[in-house]
Amino acid sequence: MTKQIHLAAHFPGVNNTTVWSDPASGSQIDFESFRHLARTAERGKFDFFFLAEGLRLREAKGRIHDLDVVGRPESLTVLAALAAVTTHLGLAATVNSTFNEPYEVARRLASLDHLSGGRAAWNVVTSFDAFTGENFRRGGFLDESDRYSRAKEFLETARELWDSWAPDAVAADPEAGRFLRPGGVTAFRHQGRHFDISGLFNVPRGPQGHPVIIQAGDSDEGREFAASSADVIFSRHSRLEEGRAFYRDVKRRLAAYGRRPEDLKILPAVTYVLGDTDAEAAERAAEIRRAQVGPQTAIYFLEAVWGRDLSAYDPDGPLPDIEPDLEEGVTRGHAAFRRDRGEVVAKWRALAEEKNLSIRELAIEVSSPQTFIGTPRAVADEIDHFVQTDAADGFIFVPHLTPGGLDDLVDKVVPLLQEKGVFRTEYTGPTLRDHLGLAPRDPASGDSAPRDLGTRDSALRDLPLRDPAAPVPAPRTKENR
Amino acid sequence: MTLHLAVALDGAGWHPAAWRAEGARPDRLFTLAYWADLAAEAERGLLDFVTFEDALGLQSTRLNEPDERLDQVRGRLDAVLIASAVAPLTSRIGLVPTTGTTHTEPFHVAIGIASLDHISGGRAGWRPQVSGRPDHAAHFGRRVLPPLDFSDRADPAFTRHVADLLGEAADAVEVVRRLWDSWEDDAEIRDVATGRFVDRDKLHYIDFRGAWFSVKGPSITPRPPQGQPLVTSLAHDRQPYEFAARASDVVYVTPRDREDASAIVEQVRAAEAATGRAGPPLKIFADLVVFLETGGAADRKARLDDLDGGEFASDAHIFTGTPEALARLLLSWREAGLDGFRLRPGELPRDLVAITRGLVPELRAAGAFRTAYDTGDLRGRLGLPRPANRYATAS
Repeated sequence: MTKQIHLAAHFPGVNNTTVWSDPASGSQIDFESFRHLARTAERGKFDFFFLAEGLRLREAKGRIHDLDVVGRPESLTVLAALAAVTTHLGLAATVNSTFNEPYEVARRLASLDHLSGGRAAWNVVTSFDAFTGENFRRGGFLDESDRYSRAKEFLETARELWDSWAPDAVAADPEAGRFLRPGGVTAFRHQGRHFDISGLFNVPRGPQGHPVIIQAGDSDEGREFAASSADVIFSRHSRLEEGRAFYRDVKRRLAAYGRRPEDLKILPAVTYVLGDTDAEAAERAAEIRRAQVGPQTAIYFLEAVWGRDLSAYDPDGPLPDIEPDLEEGVTRGHAAFRRDRGEVVAKWRALAEEKNLSIRELAIEVSSPQTFIGTPRAVADEIDHFVQTDAADGFIFVPHLTPGGLDDLVDKVVPLLQEKGVFRTEYTGPTLRDHLGLAPRDPASGDSAPRDLGTRDSALRDLPLRDPAAPVPAPRTKENR
Repeated sequence: MTLHLAVALDGAGWHPAAWRAEGARPDRLFTLAYWADLAAEAERGLLDFVTFEDALGLQSTRLNEPDERLDQVRGRLDAVLIASAVAPLTSRIGLVPTTGTTHTEPFHVAIGIASLDHISGGRAGWRPQVSGRPDHAAHFGRRVLPPLDFSDRADPAFTRHVADLLGEAADAVEVVRRLWDSWEDDAEIRDVATGRFVDRDKLHYIDFRGAWFSVKGPSITPRPPQGQPLVTSLAHDRQPYEFAARASDVVYVTPRDREDASAIVEQVRAAEAATGRAGPPLKIFADLVVFLETGGAADRKARLDDLDGGEFASDAHIFTGTPEALARLLLSWREAGLDGFRLRPGELPRDLVAITRGLVPELRAAGAFRTAYDTGDLRGRLGLPRPANRYATAS
C-alpha cells in the first residue's frame, strides 16, 4: 500500500545551518518572518510548524558564541500568535521539562490547543546541565541519568492533568445554571519521585484531548520513551540505510506498549537544495555549505574537537599540528562532543592528508551536506522513495534561509508529491491529530495511565557526531530539540 | 488632556453570574474568537489597553481553598498566550497579561512578554501578581504556604508573609527588567567580514542574586521594541503601593469614592518617596466594576445577584448607571490626581460595548478622550519615554 507522506517545517534555528549572511536572509525575531514561513507551510498543506528552544545563549571559550544566529522568541508565545494567522497548520513547541513544572506546561499547551482549535504539539526535551540551570530558580539540579525519568514522569503528570477534565466537563448551560457538569472536573494527585502535587487543574480539556507529543532522543532509553509515549519522533537519521535501521528498531518497540506501527510517526530532520539541473543544484549546495561554514566557523568547529583556542590558525591552511586538549571542553550550551575526541582528530588528520584539505575544506567535508540535492523531480522521487521503503514516515524540513527558505519546496516539490498521490491536496480535518492520522486521546481508553516502562537506567548518549569517516552532522550545533 | 482608559477582561465579565446573562457567550470562553472579538471592540473604542486576568489554579469563592461551585465560570486559558493570539488580529491596542511571581520562573516571563512585544510591535505590558494561596502552591509541590488571613492585617506574621511574597515579586520584576535590557538595541550586527552575527559586547549577563533566586542571563530574546514593556500592578495597601513604586509603571488602585481617591493618591506618592523611586512617577489608574445602561443597570446587576445567590462584592467600587453618569464620575475622580481608569465590565460583551459606544463618546464630548490613536507604542501612549538601556555605556 502506498504510504502517505507527512511534512513539517522547522523555523531556521540558532545554529550554522541557518545562513544569516545571505542578502535574502530576513529577521530572526520579527513576527513577519514567522508568519511568512508558517503560511508557506500551510500553503503546502504541511502537517506542522516546529520551533526549537534553547534557554541559555551558547558559549565558546567562555564567551557568547557570536558566529551563528543568536536570539529567538519564546516558542509558545509565537505559536499562539501564529494560531491567529493560520487555520490548519499544526503548531509544535519545544518545551524543556527540566526548567518547568507540569502544572504550568500542561496549562500552556492546553491553552494553545484551545486557541488553535486542536493544533498544538509538544516536543518534550530535558536538559541536565548546570550551565542552562543558572537562568532558573532551581539551577542545574538534575543528574544526567535522571533526564528520562524526569521527562517520563513530567509527561505522565501532564497527561493526568489533561485527563482531570472530562471532554464534556464544561456544560455552560445558563438555563440550568450549570457551568460545570457535576463530576466533570476531578482533583488530581500525583506522588512520584520528581513531582508530588495535588489540586485542581484549571484549563478544560483541549480539542485534541492531549497535544501531539514529539520526542527527539536517540539513545536506547530515548527510543523506548518515544515508543511508549510519543506520537512523533524528531529523528536525526536522515540517510537511507540508517533511516531504515532506526525505523525498524523503533517501530518494533511499539508492540510492547500495545501500540501499532502507525501510532508513531518517524520524521527525520532534513535539508534540501533545488536546481533546474542536477549540476546546478549541486553547485548551489556547495555555495550554501561554504556560507554555512565560514572561516571563523571552521576554526570554531575544530576548536570544539581540539578543546583548544585555534584562532591563530589559518582556516585556509593545514590542520593544527598541536595535540587536542582532551580534558577541557570549550563549548557550552549545546550538546557536547562526547565521543573520544582524540580518535576524531586522528581520523580528520588522515582525511585531510589524503584529500589535501584545508581546515575549512575539512570542516565542510566532515559536516553534513544537504539531505536532498537535485531537481524538484529528483527530490520528490527521493522523498517518496525514503517513505515508501520505510526509512521515514515523512520529514521535518529545516530551511537555511529565513523567511523564504521553504518557498521553492512548496512551489515546486509539493505539487509533484501530490501528483504522485502520496501527499494531501487538502487538509482532511481541523486538528493536527487528523493530519497525522492519530486517534484523539480518549480519556476512557485509559492509555494515559502511568506505566512501568521497565527501561534501563543507562546514561544517555545523544551524540551529535556520527562516525567521522562518514559525513557528520556538523558544527550544526544541535539545539535542545 | 486625554484620560487613560483600560478594560480588564476576565471570563464572561466580573459578575460571577455574568455568564448566565442574555448575550453572554459562555460556550465560547475557551476560543480565540471570543477574546479577539473583545479586544477588537476595545480597539474600536480607542482604549489604551486591555488586561487579561490569570492564576495558577481554579477560580474559587474561598480565599485559601477551592470551592465546590458548579454555577460559576471555572477554568482559564493562559493569559500571555491569549494576548499573543490576539496581537496579530489587532493593531493598536495595548495587551497586558497577568502572570504569577510566586511560582513562575522570571526567565520564562521575561522572554514571553518580550516576545509579545515583538509580535505586537510594541504593545505589550505585564501585570505581575503574587500568589499566596496554599492550594495553588500545592500545584507545584515546591513550597508550603500558610493560609492567608486578612482579618488581622496588623498581625506581624501576616505583614511578614506579605512582605516576603512582595519582596520575591519585586526581585522577579527586577530580573525581568534586567533581562529585557540584557541585549542592547543594536546588538545584532551581521558583520559578514568577521563572521559575527552579534556584537557580544552588547549582550550582558545580569548576574542577579537575591534571597529567593539567582539568574545569570542574558535573555535569549532580543530587547523588546519598547525597551521595557509596561509593568502594571494592582494594590490596595501600603506594602503593595511600595511594591508598585519599586517595580511598576502603572498602579491600579481601588478607591471607594472621590475623597478616598485623593487619600490613595497621597499614599501612592508617599510610597514613591519612601522607596526612593527614580524615573517617571507612577501612573495611577482607579479600578471600577461597571454595569452600564440607560436605565436599569442596577436592576440588571440585582438580577445577576439573584442568580448567583448573593450580593456581588468586589475590592473595587461597583458602579451601576448610565454612561453619562459614569463619565461625570470619572472626570470628578480624576481631579483627585488619577491618570486614568481600568474598568472591569460586569458582563461581557455587554458592558464593554457600553464603554466603547456609550462612555467613550461622552468623554470625548467633554474633550477628555482621544479621537484617534496616535502613532507610537504603548509606553508612548501613556507619556512614558523609551528607557535607556541600563547596560549600555554612553559613547
